[in-house]
Amino acid sequence: MKSPEPAVDALRGRRTPAAAASRAVGRGARSPALPGDGDRCLVLWFPGWAVTAWALAEGVDAAFPVAVVAANRVVACSPEASAEGVATGQRRREAQSRCADLIVLPADEARDNREFSAVVECVERLAPGVQVVRPGVCALRSRGFSGYVGSEAEAAEVLLEAVVTGLGVTTARAGIADGLFTALQAAYAGDPVRIVPPGGAAAFLAPLPVSRLGDETLAGLLPRLGVHTLGEFAALGAPAVRDRFGEHGHRLHLLASGRDPRLVRPRVPPPELTREQHFEPPLALVDQVAFTVRGMAEEFITALTAAGLACTELRVEVTGEQDELVVRTWLTPGVFEAAAVVDRIRWQLQAAAGTGLHSAVTSLRLEPVVVDALAHHAPGLFGSGTDERVHHVLSRVQAMLGHDGVVTPRIGGGRWLAERQVLVPWGDRPATVQEAGGGAVPGGAGPAPVDRPWPGRVPDPLPSAVFGEPRPVQVLTADGGTVGVGERGQLSGAPAVLVDGDTRRRVRGWAGPWPIDERTWDPSRHRRAHRFQVVDDAGTAWLLVLQGARWWAEGRYD
Amino acid sequence: MKRAPEITVPRGELLERLRAQVARSEARIRPCPFPVPPPLTVLLPDGGLKAGAAYSLEVGGALLLALLAGPSQEGHWCGVVGMPEFGAEAAGNAGVSLERLALVPDPGDQWLASTAALAEAVPVIAVRPSGRVRESDAVRLMSRLRDRGGVLLVHGPWPRAEARLSLGDVRWAGVGDGYGHLSRREVTVTVVTRSRPVPRSVRLVLPTPEGLLAAAVPAPVEQAAGLRAVG
Repeated sequence: MKSPEPAVDALRGRRTPAAAASRAVGRGARSPALPGDGDRCLVLWFPGWAVTAWALAEGVDAAFPVAVVAANRVVACSPEASAEGVATGQRRREAQSRCADLIVLPADEARDNREFSAVVECVERLAPGVQVVRPGVCALRSRGFSGYVGSEAEAAEVLLEAVVTGLGVTTARAGIADGLFTALQAAYAGDPVRIVPPGGAAAFLAPLPVSRLGDETLAGLLPRLGVHTLGEFAALGAPAVRDRFGEHGHRLHLLASGRDPRLVRPRVPPPELTREQHFEPPLALVDQVAFTVRGMAEEFITALTAAGLACTELRVEVTGEQDELVVRTWLTPGVFEAAAVVDRIRWQLQAAAGTGLHSAVTSLRLEPVVVDALAHHAPGLFGSGTDERVHHVLSRVQAMLGHDGVVTPRIGGGRWLAERQVLVPWGDRPATVQEAGGGAVPGGAGPAPVDRPWPGRVPDPLPSAVFGEPRPVQVLTADGGTVGVGERGQLSGAPAVLVDGDTRRRVRGWAGPWPIDERTWDPSRHRRAHRFQVVDDAGTAWLLVLQGARWWAEGRYD
Repeated sequence: MKRAPEITVPRGELLERLRAQVARSEARIRPCPFPVPPPLTVLLPDGGLKAGAAYSLEVGGALLLALLAGPSQEGHWCGVVGMPEFGAEAAGNAGVSLERLALVPDPGDQWLASTAALAEAVPVIAVRPSGRVRESDAVRLMSRLRDRGGVLLVHGPWPRAEARLSLGDVRWAGVGDGYGHLSRREVTVTVVTRSRPVPRSVRLVLPTPEGLLAAAVPAPVEQAAGLRAVG
């Protein structure tokens, strides 16, 4: 099986600091430090991991031709696609011409890594000390585990089976050999499990082509020198290789002769930062929950602080007795502290009570969505800056009044004044048009874009008072009838009296009607109204709206 | 020995010198007042909004926005408490920086606690008290403001306000009997300060067609006719 994956591996091996360190170890004490019979290495390889990761992330069974493409080249494909003739390294157009119904996906390294961590956890449950070589390849020292299970073959079988039962991934292959490089080549060899006996690494590697070293320069140069296989390369004298190809060539020469100086470096499992608490019996009052979770919030923040992290975005999941799940992500311009976390939980419960949550709370989960290095948020030596102090007091007022108690205004688009000023609760990210659905529903969930002409908006100067909830008024003609606008925009009479609550004022000047007819294509949001500007005899100017037969005040100029 | 020449300084000159010294040290302690638009500087005794003082405004609206705009453009944060109908877009046009503006639209009974909390870090606070203001509350809030160097703009009456600003003789221009649209308003702003109890007035255009504040120029005859058509 010819694939470019070994190339990627060797390149990465050269770049990572861990490999550099192990190389230094290998160089410092040359031959004696080379892996002996004790350093058996077990490698699990998942061919076409990018495709598997996509299938796991999307929750689909990739039983159809799929290829993942990066920089216009296929980097991974499903077995169905391989059967049609798609291979890694092909151009996208070529792959599509081989297989017409090929699904082409863009590469996503983050997704590959994310999904692979589930595999690593699955393996770590049985055998600790796993090194992630790259997404799709992990290695561990085989000696302890195979001694425990019985034999090396059984160890590999147990791990493969665990991955199949745990995640449903059946494509995995295992290789066991002396050293990482040889074990990886054994995994590539094609059988589900391939074991190279101790001391047999050189013999196993000998027939493989030099391209397996993953170095393009050498893979091109060595065949021209008459060296085609790893065995032939290993047969060259080490001093000669070092003279000709330098330190890097020397390292590859060691790999080819089956003496990989790299040792398996087990990863340190990341600390568990997510906290979850179950309530038994379920709690029905917001205050009860807020009181009970205080300890958990403290613990959550302490764990983050101990890891040197500061949480700036927090996800709170509340589960009710009737299996309702209330999820919300909270942001803060500063750093979450325990009291702030409890506040967020309280606000979320208050907002959800009666709408999303109809029963007592059974469990609560805190998850840090975005974390930052704590050092970036340490208070300065000479006190914090103005904005930091402002954030502090605004958060305090917010704790007094609730999340919506403190807002900052943003100007959005739209024809109505109240619609144009978007009030964002302090700490929240203003919703952008992209978040509101890519502009497919202007004026829908998020604010409309401000940089559009918006014909029909109020001319400057704008009223200094904007009523968020329209304020009902009455506009009467001189003979006491309500002013109306006919089908063709003609007035039933000139406005003469403005009734605002209990006060009646004579109209001294007016302008209008200015028709607004928006969203005619959407019956549920269609709005047709007429605007007027009216100046009363006290000198107050009003912006009034006539919709149907009802008058509202939209704004006041005072 | 060395004190002898000082005694020879004439009494009046010594007094002047001491006064200057006191003023200098006072200026060092008291930060310079927050700026206000130029036409208003003549009305206020310090030529601006004095830190640690409260100003009582008879009406909010455009005058309040104009007063907020000066400090906001200097980079100060502004807070607005208890004004649910605050027009943010008009504020932006008047020159208030919306990035440094925090609104507490509906604090209810906790307006005083909210204002006091904001006063810790927000130097310019506009507030509309809900209900009557008690003298003792006002004194406590003012002492915090003096401590922090903030200024309070109150929509409504306020005990011991530094100055009271009111609007009168309002004339809107631009709107007729069914035509035109509101373009500008001429008002007379009257200020009564504690140090100068005699009211002083100035004729202003507030807002101008751009939403700003400007001094009113004596209108030419034909424009006056236009204004008369409104009224």
